[in-house]
Amino acid sequence: MKVTVRLFATLKDLLPKDRKKVLVELAEGSTVNDVAEHFKIPQEETLIIKVNGRSADKSTVLKDGDRVGIFPPVGGG
Amino acid sequence: MKIYRVNMTEGEVTTEDVKDAYAALGGRGLTSQIVADEVSPTCNPIGPKNKLVIAPGLLSGTMAPSSGRLSVGAKSPLTGTIKESNAGGTAAQKLAKLGIKAIIIEGKPADDKLYTMTVNKDGIQLEDVSDDLIGKGNYEVMEKIQAELGEKVCVMSIGQAGEYRLESASIAVSDPEGRPTRHCGRGGTGAVMGAKGVKAIVIDDSDAPGVPIVDQDRFKEASRALAKSLLDHPVCGEGLPEYGTAILINILNESGGLPTENFKTGRFEGADEISGETIADVISDRGGQKTHSCHPGCVMRCSQIYNDKDGEYLTGGFEYETVWGFGANTKVDDIDAIAMMDRICDDVGIDTIEMGVAVGVAMDAGVIEFGDAEGAIDLLEQVGEGTPLGRIIGSGAGFTAKAFGLDRVPVVKNQGIPAYDPRAVKGVGVTYATSTMGADHTAGYAVTSNILSIGGEVDPLSKEGQVELSQGLQIATAAVDSTGLCIFAAFAILDDENALPAVIDMLNAQYGLELEADDVTALGKSIIKTEREFNIEAGFTKADDRLPDFFVDEECPPHNVKFDITDEELDGLYNF
Ligand code: SF4
Repeated sequence: MKVTVRLFATLKDLLPKDRKKVLVELAEGSTVNDVAEHFKIPQEETLIIKVNGRSADKSTVLKDGDRVGIFPPVGGG
Repeated sequence: MKIYRVNMTEGEVTTEDVKDAYAALGGRGLTSQIVADEVSPTCNPIGPKNKLVIAPGLLSGTMAPSSGRLSVGAKSPLTGTIKESNAGGTAAQKLAKLGIKAIIIEGKPADDKLYTMTVNKDGIQLEDVSDDLIGKGNYEVMEKIQAELGEKVCVMSIGQAGEYRLESASIAVSDPEGRPTRHCGRGGTGAVMGAKGVKAIVIDDSDAPGVPIVDQDRFKEASRALAKSLLDHPVCGEGLPEYGTAILINILNESGGLPTENFKTGRFEGADEISGETIADVISDRGGQKTHSCHPGCVMRCSQIYNDKDGEYLTGGFEYETVWGFGANTKVDDIDAIAMMDRICDDVGIDTIEMGVAVGVAMDAGVIEFGDAEGAIDLLEQVGEGTPLGRIIGSGAGFTAKAFGLDRVPVVKNQGIPAYDPRAVKGVGVTYATSTMGADHTAGYAVTSNILSIGGEVDPLSKEGQVELSQGLQIATAAVDSTGLCIFAAFAILDDENALPAVIDMLNAQYGLELEADDVTALGKSIIKTEREFNIEAGFTKADDRLPDFFVDEECPPHNVKFDITDEELDGLYNF
């Protein structure tokens, strides 16, 4: 299956240069954690994860066509 | 500490002792109490009976981190409710160091003259500056005054919009570089200042006595503890200084809550072009400043200095809400054009949020096309020129919608709804509907638990728990707004159990008090009750605590959600 991944703020440097999003091929039943490992995001990093615009976590199981966004802690207002 | 009363009818300044009832109040708590005590709730906001009250926070002027926020209060020309508008810049610290608890500006000059008020250690002097400063924008006003009185004075001023008494006129407050980038933006307090005939307030704290502190050692310790909490928090200590507040563009867009095309959808195709990440890159490339404090002593430093393509200064304090309003909401994805709009608003002295919403409304009504950046810039320039169309836009989103016969009007109590769609971020929707201030995200920033995973998690799309969330935040915020602390300190307060005790410790050490956490909650509740009573006397009912119909009736893509919190549930907010 394929999912679209976007990484933001300090994590965006983990994407290939000048890419805003990447299509990632994963085995069926993969989780957000597999995506984090794919991009070598350090395990200890606190992450805010949105899958299809909804709050998710590393254990969230993905399906084909999902849109995954991963952020470090951010805020403003 | 003293209170200055400036009567503009008589041109007279008097000094008053601080009443016992006001001693433990500061910032919003004090401005709202004075407005409630002295202003007739039914008065015309730009008439002689309204008053403009200016107060630093309780901790302002001390070494407490990020404590230099200023409150300005009045009856709002925009909403007709009581109003507290909060700004950074250097005014609050200087006022506090001068021993000033509040300045109350009342009356109205009989002539059409414009005055500056100079505030220094000797008191307040009024000077007729009609010949010099009439019709000038904030940049020129501040430059002229600083050329004369030195760069260290703080200037609070109004631009052309305040002189025209337009309902979205702001009061600019100079930043540490002396530029008008920080504003009491919301609610038209600039129109009240203009109606009082005051063009500028110049604050000179040379030889000021400073802020007395009862227990210095205890204060220092508590202040260090709060600074540590802020610096250790990933958002306050890292996210805000690195990217500024516009870092929110992408996360709101991912979450489907970034209002786009006058609140038609929750995602904007051009989000990346206007994101905090892009802005930070542009600033770095052009030799601007990614990290900047709006006043000395802020450790979170979310502010920025943005240069144009030639590397020349263009604007500063470029906030998420501004970038959203002139970006996603109007479908403009040109960050330089958005920065230019921010600059014009700062200069003319108009609220960027209200203008972002008003321009979105004007586009929806067909005055100009969505995505037309040049057209939007022209509309904002017309506000400064005072053309009939400019005056319509400058009177805010609600007025603009009426002038052009549009029924999709994103306002509550006539104040434009900011950068979080209330259908997809329901907690902040509750705040918009119920706040005493009209649609104001800062009054109860439920985006924290809804989107940012700060202070726990509450699903933004479900109605469960939103009223309780907003209620708790509104009460806490009213109290924080009284301290002079920046609202962003709340991120640490929500997540770190050491932060609030440090704040309370500082208050106790400074004033020789014995406050506990419950007292802080009680203070927040009493401020909101005072404000709500004013609004009720002004004619507001629970029917005003509602969102516009289209949020209830139209779905917001991509989640296709409506605002489904019932009227009865909204009314429950005031059960405290
Ligand atoms: S965090 Fe930003 S807005 Fe708040 S006081 Fe600091 S610079 Fe000003």
